[in-house]
Amino acid sequence: MSAKKTRILAVASGGGHFVQLRRMRPAWAHCQVHYLSTIADYANDLEPGARLHLVNDANRWDKIGIARMALRVGWTLLKVRPQVIVSTGAAAGYFALRFGKILGARTIWVDSIANAEELSLTGTMVRKYADLYLTQWPDLAQPGGPRWEGSVL
Amino acid sequence: MIFVTVGTQLAFDRMLRVIDEWAGSTTPTPEVFAQIGPSEFVPKHIEHKAFIEPTEFAERARAADAIVAHAGMGSILTALTYGKPIVIMPRRADLGEQRNDHQLSTAERFKGRPGVFVAQDETELPAILDSLKDLQAAEPIPPFASPGLIKAIRDFIDEA
Repeated sequence: MSAKKTRILAVASGGGHFVQLRRMRPAWAHCQVHYLSTIADYANDLEPGARLHLVNDANRWDKIGIARMALRVGWTLLKVRPQVIVSTGAAAGYFALRFGKILGARTIWVDSIANAEELSLTGTMVRKYADLYLTQWPDLAQPGGPRWEGSVL
Repeated sequence: MIFVTVGTQLAFDRMLRVIDEWAGSTTPTPEVFAQIGPSEFVPKHIEHKAFIEPTEFAERARAADAIVAHAGMGSILTALTYGKPIVIMPRRADLGEQRNDHQLSTAERFKGRPGVFVAQDETELPAILDSLKDLQAAEPIPPFASPGLIKAIRDFIDEA
């Protein structure tokens, strides 16, 4: 194990996105882990040593809420300075990947398993900011598009 | 105890009304706790709260005999992890219950999976609720994503 652990920021809005994100945690068990989500209570059930950062919940129809969220995500990125960012969605994940690229982070998008017929709208929008771009449904994988490597199930 | 949940975002009264009526007309009265979201509908026959914290959510799911939920992945994954039978009813965008119809495809994809029972709409729900006691759960799934997905993410993290 190298002396310095990789700093990772794992981002998901509260509810199903966060439940999915947490199921991937063995992938970053060897990292210094920061989570970013919308529900403070998640801090009570994290792996030892992991930290939770909070952001307000908002969707794209709530202009003020979404602007606050973007600022808050940006602020968290400046504080944490993650080397890797991973997200399952939704809006907070989009901002994290988008701003994260500017700050030099490497980025992972795992589109929610709830999107069984087509990628989520956020997933489509985030595409050019994701270095590793995954869908959880094999039939949604395509050359030049998302890859399929497995699912949270 | 039956644990009902509509998720963290929106109300789902089309499902709740049926569950409330069913509880009121069933003897002995079934024990139901419902997390009902930002709803204006006040159930008469079941215990309910708008929101509960994730810790309480996990406790209630673990203690439940069965879970009845919207077709959201948080609810489905929680039920499968604790090995509880789950009845799911999909939200519909045309009724203003969700912004798109992804829950219809979730219900379609999970139909027939052991431990998951789909009520396509409110008309199918009462019969499934009547048979709730007989619904079989599947073996609990592991708490983690598939090894392939975990490996792909881990390998990417370690690339640099």
